[in-house]
Amino acid sequence: MEDYSVIGKRIPRVDGRVKVTGEARFAADYSFPGMLWCKMARSPYAHAKILNIDTSRAEKLPGVKAVVTGKDFHGWKWGWMPKTRDEGPLADDRVRYLAEAVAAVAAVDEETAEEATELIKVDYEELPGVFDPEEAMKEGAPLVYDHVKNNVSWEFHMDFGDVEKAFRESDLVREDRFETGRVITGYLEPPAAVAMWDASGITIWAAKQSPYFVYRHLAACFNLPLNKVRVIQPFIGGGFGGTKNDSLAGDFCACLFSRMTGKPVKFMYNMEEVLKTCRRRHNMIIYNKMGMKKDGAITGMQSRVIADGGGHTAIGPLTMYLTGCMSTLPYKLPNFKHDAYRIFTNNPISAAMRGHGVTHTRFAAEIQMEMMAEELGIDPVAIRLKNAIEAPHETINKVTVHSCGLSEGIKTLAEDPAWKDREKKKGSAPVAHGVGLSGTAYLGGARQRGHQSCGAVVRLCEDGSVDYLTGATDCGQGSDTVLVQVVAEEMGIGVEDVDIKRVDTAMTPCDAGSYGSRVTVLAGEAAQKAARDVRDQLAEFAAEQWGAKPGDIVFRDRQVFVKGSPEKTMPFHKLAQAACYSGSGAVILGRGYSKYGIEVLDFDKGIGNSGTSYSFTSQLSEVDVDLETGFVKATDFVIAHDCGRPLNPINVEAQNQGAAIQALGQTLYEQFKMSEGKTLNPNLVDYKMPLSLDTPDIRVIDILTDDPDGPYGAKEASEGAIVSTPPSVVSAIHDATGIWFKEQPVTPEKIVMALKKKKEKKG
Amino acid sequence: MMESKQIRFVINGHPHTLKVSPWRTLLEMIREDLQLTGTKEGCGQGECGSCTVIMGGKTVNSCLVLAMEADGQEITTIEGLADGEVLHPIQESFVEHAGMQCGFCTPGMIMSAKALLDKNPSPSEKEIREGISGNFCRCTGYTKIIESISAAADVMKGGK
Repeated sequence: MEDYSVIGKRIPRVDGRVKVTGEARFAADYSFPGMLWCKMARSPYAHAKILNIDTSRAEKLPGVKAVVTGKDFHGWKWGWMPKTRDEGPLADDRVRYLAEAVAAVAAVDEETAEEATELIKVDYEELPGVFDPEEAMKEGAPLVYDHVKNNVSWEFHMDFGDVEKAFRESDLVREDRFETGRVITGYLEPPAAVAMWDASGITIWAAKQSPYFVYRHLAACFNLPLNKVRVIQPFIGGGFGGTKNDSLAGDFCACLFSRMTGKPVKFMYNMEEVLKTCRRRHNMIIYNKMGMKKDGAITGMQSRVIADGGGHTAIGPLTMYLTGCMSTLPYKLPNFKHDAYRIFTNNPISAAMRGHGVTHTRFAAEIQMEMMAEELGIDPVAIRLKNAIEAPHETINKVTVHSCGLSEGIKTLAEDPAWKDREKKKGSAPVAHGVGLSGTAYLGGARQRGHQSCGAVVRLCEDGSVDYLTGATDCGQGSDTVLVQVVAEEMGIGVEDVDIKRVDTAMTPCDAGSYGSRVTVLAGEAAQKAARDVRDQLAEFAAEQWGAKPGDIVFRDRQVFVKGSPEKTMPFHKLAQAACYSGSGAVILGRGYSKYGIEVLDFDKGIGNSGTSYSFTSQLSEVDVDLETGFVKATDFVIAHDCGRPLNPINVEAQNQGAAIQALGQTLYEQFKMSEGKTLNPNLVDYKMPLSLDTPDIRVIDILTDDPDGPYGAKEASEGAIVSTPPSVVSAIHDATGIWFKEQPVTPEKIVMALKKKKEKKG
Repeated sequence: MMESKQIRFVINGHPHTLKVSPWRTLLEMIREDLQLTGTKEGCGQGECGSCTVIMGGKTVNSCLVLAMEADGQEITTIEGLADGEVLHPIQESFVEHAGMQCGFCTPGMIMSAKALLDKNPSPSEKEIREGISGNFCRCTGYTKIIESISAAADVMKGGK
């Protein structure tokens, strides 16, 4: 490894100080004189026709400035693909899930706006609803969209090799049904924005992890050129995919209200609105069939996936794609058939969430593989090492892996005392101790449909300080810090010398967004190239002054010198000043863009790379299971994560820890309780996210593989552990109880019932 | 109908007199009347801990406390911790040990940590976990928050 001065160091976050002092401003912290508040009126039905909306009483309430309904958007709809545009800013003729927004009010304060929403009279004709995806697929089920047969929102099929032949030639074939839960991303900052529409167009301060989505949506909705839509990025209070990667009723209504009234307009959803109406992870049923030889070699796999999509399509096609295209990692799979169905129901909309699509099918495959290994008497370490891919590798669907730390990770964990001494720690009744293992993969530098390249601009100031402009968003993951490190490293200066300009679509280069673990890999590459562009311009200038070759100019520790002639040296800021003053209007500006993300894949057949590179995460989880109450306490996690090369190790640890605990929530506790489309637990007491008392000690081990397609060898670091945690925890519960649980969350009730059943069987 | 009332209180060392309506919450008063937006509103129902401030030496969820209850009280918010440019050791420690990611829970988390260390300068790991058990964090998984508080306790005791 090269000797870097900034890269690879445990550098504190560049946004740390403003976040611990309370100075960091989030969307809800913005307010302006004369500002109005916007509130939504929401449907009391999960499925109904809107017959008429009478807004007259609301309009007459003192303090109300404007009211809008779905008709005010003239039928405009948006969606992830041109053919899936099925969601309007407000429902105009039909509501498809409970609490879908049907109208909105702008008023002088929040209370008045809220009161006015209750005065809006909507006549509905209630329609029969459908709430179970398998029921919704049957002939004769109520249709969520009249033209969509069997409520199939999206289907995706892959067929490689010959699974039937593979199963015939297997020594063992298993079929199981798995299910993943109904969970939400769980950011604590509710969606909010302040919008202003004046002569210069729309300016909006919005809580978005991918601000260029709403930028395009607003331009399309209001038929404005993109240079009349300015999205300015506040600090973002967590994203995790889904809602903050998309637009909301509030965004469109706040803009329209501002145009109508000439005032700035603000909205902020409350937590009940978040938990009832914002996008959730897809609840998926996975029918999985796997074939295996006596020696543990996997011969083939067939998966049938049914996902509850809710009332609109959103980003669902990509979710379905990811459930299959990533199944060919991280184990050798010569034959694979995949049939995925996303089904419309009258439940809230399902969309992306950290570990997108992959966490579902990998959970099923990983548990099933271990169940089969158990039947064949093969140890959990051996079964994984037997099937693990090694780099370089190409899967049957042409996913190409250039670096892979899976085997090394599993071997490292197998040597860990937590694994080696597991028999000694079994515990005594009523508390049994269990240890589980997993080995998983995730994509980084998402390479999906559409344009995925990132741009960067680096501007040198005459005093040697640097402005770095990026369209990439740090919604908490720490990318601002890593990207500043990249610029500083390339220019031989300190992180303090670089100021990152947060997204302002009027100034920063367009960027696809923060999803698919793409920022470090793609925006990082762009930052690297833009910084090198500035450095090269400076080197040329310095070489001329010193009569040297530009290639011999070295930038390090804020000094510039000529290789081999240490007497020819000057401080970086002096060179910057001289270069900036060197001619009339000397402007030193660097441009860079990423090239990694531009290869095209076959989205219909599931062929090609969905990522630029692939991370590999192996995990040991230890749990205590109370055999009387069914209560599970995760005690220790050890995560061996191959992110290629950690550019900021403390940040990589933090990402792994956070992902693992988010995954622990969905494995053990988190689940929306639903009844006829109604969310019964829309609050943070009854919807149970992990608190500090619930979480284990977590150790993170970096497995270094230096991927060729990442800046300084880096791959993704924020999503791997949300895939590796559920199977390892479920495997640990099996180790403690002898029972395989195939449905998340594995609640105490399920454990008690299963233990009772097991006892009865024995008796 | 109850009328608005004038209240007096000290916030972050500064005395204030303010007329508040009976239904105004302490959180609204802090964020809107005083424009101290460091204190966050997450759930508005006393569940998430993002709005935690210290009043009368104890942490409160300011979204559940009426502004009128602040009459005669001393309140500390996240803006009151640093001494000018010099960060409080807990703030310093959160920066050094990556005790925050998105930063939304951070002000409330730090206030809970401060109240804990004011009472118990040498908390065990379990006591730290209990001390922040009213504050959700969705980003960190808590490990680095606990390490930050533990390291701050060492610094505040004079060690390192």
